[in-house]
Amino acid sequence: MSENFIEIKDLRFSYINDLEDPPVKTEVLKGVTLNIKKGEFVAVLGHNGSGKSTLAKCINAINLPESGGVYVAGMDTIDEMNLLPIRQRVGMVFQNPDNQIVATIVEEDVAFALENMGVAPDEIRRRVDEALKAVGMYEYRMHAPHKLSGGQKQRVAIAGIIAMRPDCILLDEPTAMLDPKGRQEVMKTIKMLNEQGVTIVLITHYMEEAAQAERVVVIDGGEVVMDDVPRKIFSQVEKMKSLGLDVPQVTELAWELQKAGYDISTEIIDEDECVAKLAELLQK
Amino acid sequence: MIKDITLGQYFPGDSVLHRMDARVKLLLTAVFIVMLFIAKGIEGLAVGIVFTVAAFLISKIPLKMMGKSLKPIIPVIIFTAVLNLVFITTGDVLWEWKFIKLTRDGLDTSLFMVIRIICLICGSSLLTYTTSPIDLTDAIEKLLSPLKKVKVPVHELAMMMTIALRFIPTLIEETDKIMSAQKARGADMETGNILQKAKALIPILIPLFVASFRHAEELALAMECRCYHGGEGRTRMKQLKMSILDLWGTLFCMVFLAGVIAVNYFTKR
Repeated sequence: MSENFIEIKDLRFSYINDLEDPPVKTEVLKGVTLNIKKGEFVAVLGHNGSGKSTLAKCINAINLPESGGVYVAGMDTIDEMNLLPIRQRVGMVFQNPDNQIVATIVEEDVAFALENMGVAPDEIRRRVDEALKAVGMYEYRMHAPHKLSGGQKQRVAIAGIIAMRPDCILLDEPTAMLDPKGRQEVMKTIKMLNEQGVTIVLITHYMEEAAQAERVVVIDGGEVVMDDVPRKIFSQVEKMKSLGLDVPQVTELAWELQKAGYDISTEIIDEDECVAKLAELLQK
Repeated sequence: MIKDITLGQYFPGDSVLHRMDARVKLLLTAVFIVMLFIAKGIEGLAVGIVFTVAAFLISKIPLKMMGKSLKPIIPVIIFTAVLNLVFITTGDVLWEWKFIKLTRDGLDTSLFMVIRIICLICGSSLLTYTTSPIDLTDAIEKLLSPLKKVKVPVHELAMMMTIALRFIPTLIEETDKIMSAQKARGADMETGNILQKAKALIPILIPLFVASFRHAEELALAMECRCYHGGEGRTRMKQLKMSILDLWGTLFCMVFLAGVIAVNYFTKR
């Protein structure tokens, strides 16, 4: 649990738009230093354009650092020899489930990564079944992806990643396009994977999801501005609001009560806790 | 409703024809086409008809489905029949009206042509009815793989076909959405002449085009994340396997091919 699986050292990254003359350079990441331990569940927060997706793409060597370095299990992402091993160890799930499913049948899609890796057919079959069972989509293995719901599609996409048996999964707003039910399904799957020892980096806009993580990293303007356990992060309601972010509803409620003069701590992130605290407050 | 479209025309089933190897089926379809085209007279064609009917019965595909695949080519059939009837003027005259002369030979030939086209369509649609698009793509990739030596991008072509099939429903859904969105903004797509209707399609096609580029970009990224690096060193989960069924199928087909050749030989006039 103590070993750093992902090490990011003073990472800088810019997008260059060559269509303009002279080319316009937009600096997105301005010196990010971040270590992620094996088995951790990290949520990354930040408003649109803060650089959180760019950061994720730097981790699995889609974006290469302009300066600084990104190391996955000790492998430098800048070295092309490490490309496939890194992508195999760090899987990535995107926002739109439709755009990441390649095949016309669920099980074929889950097999895609393994086929690319050149795994033997029997082994592929075994791992595909295992991955589909893990996300609870085994009964749908022969279905066409376009007939599934958003949450189901996203779980198929996750199955396609876990079939590779990665050590870490990066999820870039995996629930942004889903309905509440689909969101719940996906979150349940993510938490289950984390319990099995998979490192999770979850980029999200939903504070309730971030509250379920072990650690929350807040990115603003291409820099890490906050990095702590969710309880400590969300209790700083004013700071979060100034960054253009929300806090979970229960935290907000506690904060409003505190502002109104009640004696309640804002270090509340889940409903049960909030109910208990409120009951305590009412009895006084 | 629009989501329920089937990809290709695959009709799932468990007949012998369904279980045969896609590669063998593809090759046998080619043999079948040759069989129909080398048949010289109606007698040779009869062998082809028997083969088509036999294959159809084995496949257990409902007759209705066959009708469905014949429907779009009815104009072609009628055109061929009329053309042959009118332009072949040798043989006994059966009926005459002004400059139009219908003859015995014309009638024979047009009948022969019509039967040949119907057999051709029915027989080859059996291939697409009994083979899933994925198997078909796989079979094409496998059969064309010798061409890799002369630098034909066989794997890439097969991958493109798979992705195209995969994205048909997605794009249809999107077209539907764009159409509704444009209608909500007052676009008129139903009235006007052909030119106006074609023009009304522009505000649908452009967003669709842009959207497909976005799909392509994200898909490429997702594929890269899943270690895609071209066809080199790739394995497949489902291996196409030939079985004893394929041997029987091939034999069956060859017997009929030999039959057609024999009939051709003995009915030589």
